Amino acid sequence: MALNNIEQLNSMHLDVLKEIGNIGSGNAAGALSELIMKPTDITVPDVLLLDFNEAINFLGGADTIAIGMMVQLSEDITGKVIFIIQQAFTSTMTEMLFGTPIDDLTQMDEMATSFITEVGNIMTASYVNAIASLTGLTIDISVPEMTVDMVGAILSVPAVEFAMTGANKVLFIDDSFLIEGSEVRSNLIFVPETKSLEMLFEKLGVTV
Amino acid sequence: MAQKVIGIADLAVGKAEDTLVTYALGSCVGVSLWDADKKQGGLVHIMLPSSRENSNPSDNFRKFADTGIGELIQSLGLIGSQKSSLVAKIAGGAKMFATNNSLFNIGERNVEQVRRYLQLMRIPLKAHDTGLDYGRTVFFHVDTGILEVKATNKKNLML
Repeated sequence: MALNNIEQLNSMHLDVLKEIGNIGSGNAAGALSELIMKPTDITVPDVLLLDFNEAINFLGGADTIAIGMMVQLSEDITGKVIFIIQQAFTSTMTEMLFGTPIDDLTQMDEMATSFITEVGNIMTASYVNAIASLTGLTIDISVPEMTVDMVGAILSVPAVEFAMTGANKVLFIDDSFLIEGSEVRSNLIFVPETKSLEMLFEKLGVTV
Repeated sequence: MAQKVIGIADLAVGKAEDTLVTYALGSCVGVSLWDADKKQGGLVHIMLPSSRENSNPSDNFRKFADTGIGELIQSLGLIGSQKSSLVAKIAGGAKMFATNNSLFNIGERNVEQVRRYLQLMRIPLKAHDTGLDYGRTVFFHVDTGILEVKATNKKNLML
């Protein structure tokens, strides 16, 4: 059976994606910890399949300001990954690195912007590497692109891609990191082209 | 005065005392239709250009420009507004990431198809704030027909 869109994923598929999320988060925690030179722990990530409007509420409401980063995937797996960084995450990370937190995402200076871009880069690469190493597939990622805007507008980018396949849901990984007792969350939205998702499951020996 | 919030791929109609809101349009387009005589109107939040590109018959057809606007015209018809007395205003259709090349600018295609469909329905487009690279929230004030557009760190526009 061919997979038409993500609404056809069953609990076994989601478990596989959760395992990928697990390994990816582990990689990400290690890399984050090196970047900020502080021990970083993770909890088990959640893989969620939510309606567009539910997803927006989950991310704090449509007009909440967040950072969105996008990388394009090419080679064996094509599609994109959109990483959503919330205010709290940025505040915690910038406070640890610079001593003062950035409390207004729309007022980030060049240094904070490049630091957050680097964080996004590390995070997306961690997950993509998890997929690549589990499947043996080659995946290239583009230079990340960043925007600061309302979370609903950022989410419209993956939502439109899922909507084009007939789905009315988005697939995302919800992660919690513990850094010196503070919990910060990040959300990664994986938007594979349907054929790539099929290939990913095939490589992992899961029936589509 | 009632405020009605419209989610993605959804629509609502309202009377003079209502404000219809849809938050954070990215590449999506908000289309307001207004009947000046009856002081009533509606707003739809569309995501994709055309229902003809759709493959899922049980899909939510409010997400497409043609079927979404079509349903809004019908809903307004049910409360007594003729198609010929409607005027349109639109906002949205941004390109959130400059290098997002896989969909060759879905926002622009959404705006194009909205314009085309309005033309086909002979509904005049009175004002628009579309394109560029940022999200927009719109408030449609049904008493005046004004479409108020808010964006992060920008002055509100009154269309």
